Amino acid sequence: MSVSVTADDLEGNPAPRGTNYLNAERGLVSWLTTVDHKRIGLMYLGSVLVAFALGGFFALALRLELLSPKHTIMSAGAYNQSFTLHGAVMTFLFIIPSIPGALGNFLVPILLGAKDVAFPRLNLLSLYLYWIGAIFTLSSIVTGGLDTGWTFYVPYASTTNTSVLSVTFGVFVLGFSSVLTGLNFIVTMHKLRAPGMTWYRMPLILWSLYATSIVQILATPVLAITLLLLMAERVFHIGIFDPVYGGDPVLYQHFFWFYSHPAVYIMILPGMGIISELIAVHAQRKIFGYKAIAFSSVAIALVGFLVWGHHMFVSGQSELAATIFSFLTFIVSVPSGVKVFNWISTLYGGSIKFTAPMLFAMCFLFLFTIGGLTGLFLGMLSVDMHLHDTYFVVAHFHYVMMGGTVTAFLGGLHHWWPKMTGRMYSERLASVAAALYFIGFNVTFFSQFIMGTRGMPRRYYNYLDQFQPLHAFSTFGSWLLGAGFLLMLYYLLKSLKSGAVAPQNPWGGRSLEWTEAASPPVTENFTHRPVVTEGPYEFSRGQS
Amino acid sequence: MGMWLFLVTEILLFGGLFCAFAVFRSWYYADFVEAHHHLDRVMGAVNTVVLICSSLSMALAVRSAQMSKTRLTSLLIGATLALSCVFLAIKFVEYQHKFHEGLLPGKYFTAEGFHGHHAGMFFAVYFMMTGIHGVHILIGMGLMLWLLRRNLRGELSSRYYAPLEGFGLYWHLVDLVWIYLFPLLYLIG
Repeated sequence: MSVSVTADDLEGNPAPRGTNYLNAERGLVSWLTTVDHKRIGLMYLGSVLVAFALGGFFALALRLELLSPKHTIMSAGAYNQSFTLHGAVMTFLFIIPSIPGALGNFLVPILLGAKDVAFPRLNLLSLYLYWIGAIFTLSSIVTGGLDTGWTFYVPYASTTNTSVLSVTFGVFVLGFSSVLTGLNFIVTMHKLRAPGMTWYRMPLILWSLYATSIVQILATPVLAITLLLLMAERVFHIGIFDPVYGGDPVLYQHFFWFYSHPAVYIMILPGMGIISELIAVHAQRKIFGYKAIAFSSVAIALVGFLVWGHHMFVSGQSELAATIFSFLTFIVSVPSGVKVFNWISTLYGGSIKFTAPMLFAMCFLFLFTIGGLTGLFLGMLSVDMHLHDTYFVVAHFHYVMMGGTVTAFLGGLHHWWPKMTGRMYSERLASVAAALYFIGFNVTFFSQFIMGTRGMPRRYYNYLDQFQPLHAFSTFGSWLLGAGFLLMLYYLLKSLKSGAVAPQNPWGGRSLEWTEAASPPVTENFTHRPVVTEGPYEFSRGQS
Repeated sequence: MGMWLFLVTEILLFGGLFCAFAVFRSWYYADFVEAHHHLDRVMGAVNTVVLICSSLSMALAVRSAQMSKTRLTSLLIGATLALSCVFLAIKFVEYQHKFHEGLLPGKYFTAEGFHGHHAGMFFAVYFMMTGIHGVHILIGMGLMLWLLRRNLRGELSSRYYAPLEGFGLYWHLVDLVWIYLFPLLYLIG
C-alpha cells in the first residue's frame, strides 16, 4: 500500500484540479448560506483560529505583565480583565467548538460514508449561533470589560460593574451552538452510516465525537440555566446566589461546575479521538485495543458527570462529599490511562514516520500524561489543600487542555490539511514549528508547577520577589510559543498559495476520507456510494 | 430522533431549576410552606386543565395530519393556540396579583405579614420556573403559527407530517413540565 508522502517528495507543476467543494460555487453569499458540512467546518476553522489568536494575545499580555512584580505594563484592574478574557475566549470561543466544529463537521459525514450530516440547516444555524454568541461575548471588551475570572463566581459577578451580562448572554447563545452540533452528530452516526459500516468499523475519532456529543447534550443546558440565573441575579436581584438577599454562593459553584467539569471532557475527548487516528496512520499499524478505546470514551463521558466537586474542595462542602468526589476523580482517570497505554502499544512494532502529525501525537502523549498525572495530585484532598488556587492548578489544566487538546488539534489540522485544502505544507517548517511549540510549552508551564508547589497563588497581579525568576522563565516560554504559532500560520497560509498539490492519500490511511474521497472532496463527498467491507485500520501486512 | 435529543436537553435545563427548588425548600421549609399558600390554587388548577386539553388538541392535530385531513389539522392547531392564550392570560392575572401584593423575588419582596425571612426565595424560584416555562409556551405559539401557515399552504399530509409530530413532542414536554411544576409549587405543604 502507499507509504507516507510529504511535500518534499512531490515536485513539478500542479495538475489542474477538477470541481470540488471549494470551487463548486463562488461568492461570499454562497459560503454564508451553505449547508455543505465541509464549508461550514472550514468557516468554523477560520473562526476558532481567530478566537485562538485573540485568546493568545491576552495570554501574551498577561504573561508580559507578570514578568516583574507589581506594575509592569498594566494596572491591576486591566490584569484582572486580561486573565478573565483569556480564559473566557479560550474556553468558550476556541477550545469547546474547535475540534467538533472545525474538524468534526468536516470529517463526520465523510468518515461514515454519508453525503452530509442529518440536519444540514441546523448545522448552519449552529455556526450562526457561534458568531452571534461571539459578538456578544467580545463586545464586552469595548463596553466595560470583564474581571470576574472565566468562572463568574458570585457574589462578585452579580455586583461588579463590568460587562457580565453581555458575556453571560453570549456564552448562553454559544451553548446552543454546542448542543445543536452534538445533536446533529449523534443522529448522523445513528442514521447515516454507509452500507457495511458497523459501529465497530467506525474510525475511533467518531466514537470520541459520539461521547463528546452525549456530554454536550446533557451538560450544556445546566450551564444555560446557571447563566440565566446569574443574569436574573444581576438584573433582578432574585436572591438565589447572592447572600445579601438570602442566596447561597456555593450553590452557584455546584451549578457551574456541574457543567464545567463535563465541559473539559468535551474538550479532551475529540482530541483523544484524533490521536487514535494520527498514531494508527503514521505508524501504519492497526490500533491496539479498539473496543477498549471506544468504550473508554463513553466511560469518561459518563463518569465525568460525577466528579464536579473536586473543583470545590475548599468551598465549605462537607467532608463526606469531598471524599466521595475525590474517590470518583481517581476512578475517572482510569479510562484515560487505558487509552495512553493502548496508543503506546500501537506504536510498538509500527513503521513510524516522523511527519508533523506524528510529532504532534508524540507531544500529546508526553504532555497529556503529565497533565493527567498532576490531576491526581489535585484530586488528593490533603494535597489539594495546599495546591488549590495556586499555579500548580494553572499548569495542570494547561497541560491537559493545551498540551492535550490543542496539541491534538494541531496534529489533526496538519493530518487533514491535504484533504481539506488539497495542498501540502512544508514538512521542514512544520517540524521546526512543532519543536518551538513543544519547547515553548514546557518552558512556559513546567515552571508553573514549581511555582505552585512553592506557594505562588493564581490570578495574582503582584507577587513576592522570590518568584520572579520563574515568572520570567515562563514569560520567555510564552514568546517561544508565540513564535511557533506565527511560523505555523506562515507555512499553512503559504501552502494555500504555492504548496504542492496533495494526492488523495498522502499518509496511507485506510478510512473512507483517504480511500474514497478526493483531496479536496467534491461537494457530495464521494463520486459513488462507498460500501465498507473492513475496518479503518487494515494496513497492508508488509508493515507489522 | 433529533427532537427527542433536544427534549433531553430541556429536561436538563428545567432539572437545574427543580434542583434549586429542592435545595432551598429543604433549607427553608417553613418559609416555603408559608409562602406557597399565597399562590392561587384554583387558577393553577385551571391552567393545568387548559394545558392538558391543549396537549390533547395537539395530539389530535398530528393524527389528523397523518390522515391528510388538512382543514381539521388547521382547526386543531388553532385550538391549541387558543388554549395557550388562555394559559398565558391566567398567568398574567396571577403575576399581576403578585406584583400588587409585593410577593416578588429577593430584593423586591415587600409583602407584609410573613413570619419567616426567606419567602423572597420562594418567589425567586416561582418566578424563574414559571417564567422560563412561559417563555417556552410563547416560543411554542410562534412555532404553531408557522406550522399553521405551512399546513394552510398544503405542505403537511400523510406523506410528510414530521415537523408537526416533532412539535407535538415539544408541546407534550412543555405540558409535562407544568404537570410537575403545579403540584410542587402550588400544592404540597
